[in-house]
Amino acid sequence: MTQYARRDKEALAKRVAQDIADGASVNLGIGMPTLVANYIAKDREVLLHSENGILGMGPAPVSGQEDYDLINAGKQPVTLLPGGAFFHHADSFAMMRGGHLDICVLGAFQVSETGDLANWHTGEPDAIPAVGGAMDLAIGAKQTWVMMDLLTKKGQSKVVKACTYPLTGIACVKRIYTDLCTLECTPKGLKLIDMVEGLERKALSELLGLELH
Amino acid sequence: MINKIAQSIEAALAGTPDGATVMVGGFGTAGIPGELIEGLLAQGAKNLTVVNNNAGNGEQGMAALLKSGHVRKVICSFPRQADSYIFDNLYRSGQIELELVPQGNLAERIRAAGAGIGGFFTPTGYGTELAKTPSGEPKETRIINGRPYVFELPIHADLALIRAEKGDRWGNLIYRKAARNFGPVMAMAAKKTVASVHEVVALGDMDPEAIVTPGIFVHQVVLIDRVATQGGGFKS
Repeated sequence: MTQYARRDKEALAKRVAQDIADGASVNLGIGMPTLVANYIAKDREVLLHSENGILGMGPAPVSGQEDYDLINAGKQPVTLLPGGAFFHHADSFAMMRGGHLDICVLGAFQVSETGDLANWHTGEPDAIPAVGGAMDLAIGAKQTWVMMDLLTKKGQSKVVKACTYPLTGIACVKRIYTDLCTLECTPKGLKLIDMVEGLERKALSELLGLELH
Repeated sequence: MINKIAQSIEAALAGTPDGATVMVGGFGTAGIPGELIEGLLAQGAKNLTVVNNNAGNGEQGMAALLKSGHVRKVICSFPRQADSYIFDNLYRSGQIELELVPQGNLAERIRAAGAGIGGFFTPTGYGTELAKTPSGEPKETRIINGRPYVFELPIHADLALIRAEKGDRWGNLIYRKAARNFGPVMAMAAKKTVASVHEVVALGDMDPEAIVTPGIFVHQVVLIDRVATQGGGFKS
């Protein structure tokens, strides 16, 4: 059995942040993707977009300075950087759908090897469906990246041949950043970008149950 | 003389009929016209269809309106929140109908109504469960320049309730921070738009270059006291 260490949440956020270029406009999804903002290198100027009408979003306010008219998509208080702007919802989604946003980083339940995304609904009969901006983001940004643990708690790969959960978008994911590896989705299947130290290509392919190109 | 300043919420909402489609601004907790929602509840119109991004949280405002049984159907993108138990219970017990719409499609369908567009093709939702009508029929699709799109219809409303920061007697509005969200598009899409404001100013006091919603889209402006927006709807 090969010995390797997973990337923890912070290390994974750092890995994603590494690939965000100076000058990019980026939407970070609710949950783990939000952490990426903490690791964007100081010498890179990145414009953060929030679907509820903010471009140039800043970090969380100091305690006591919360303004609940200035919240992110997760409804948590944020700040606005000098130069930041507010706009209405139709403009905000035009920024995505119109292809103006460079990158969006989302969480996922499953991603297929060709980039189909499932991240909005478990499909369970008693679950209350809620989609928010997930479908617009998935197909709107120039590049959609997924950030997640590779395996479920039961040890099954969340990168799959074909998604079994309800789809968010088809062939929309470009890259998958996980605790074990970074993958690229292509029409032909998965391309390996990197993996954690100690993990080998063959072992990873077995974990995935998929071929790596 | 044009004077859209209403003397009270009651006066602004008088005549709202049963069966009306009502748009309600707000995203999360920002921009929710809480006082107008309470006014609609008191006015008593029933069998309503409500168009909102969310479906209420906690006990107040939208949650109270849903709890009253005045709402037949909700059209929204994200009904599930950390404390949306009133909607959750109504939905699970089959007492309320839900039409789930991706958020950008929701905004654009509202905008389309306001702009007189008969429908539009959007890439959002193509190939998903939400490319079906609420009754489960597949929506029309088309490949345009090699890309697949879904046809979506506009959403019109009888009444829009929105929250702005400042307004004048012509109905011109400016908003505060991310509380703007759905306000400008909803104002365009309703036969009657009622805006609550925290300040009524004289004509010309707002910079014409900075007015976000021109008064032509607004019918009633109601002055309400400024109370700091409260947090909620998220896991702390």
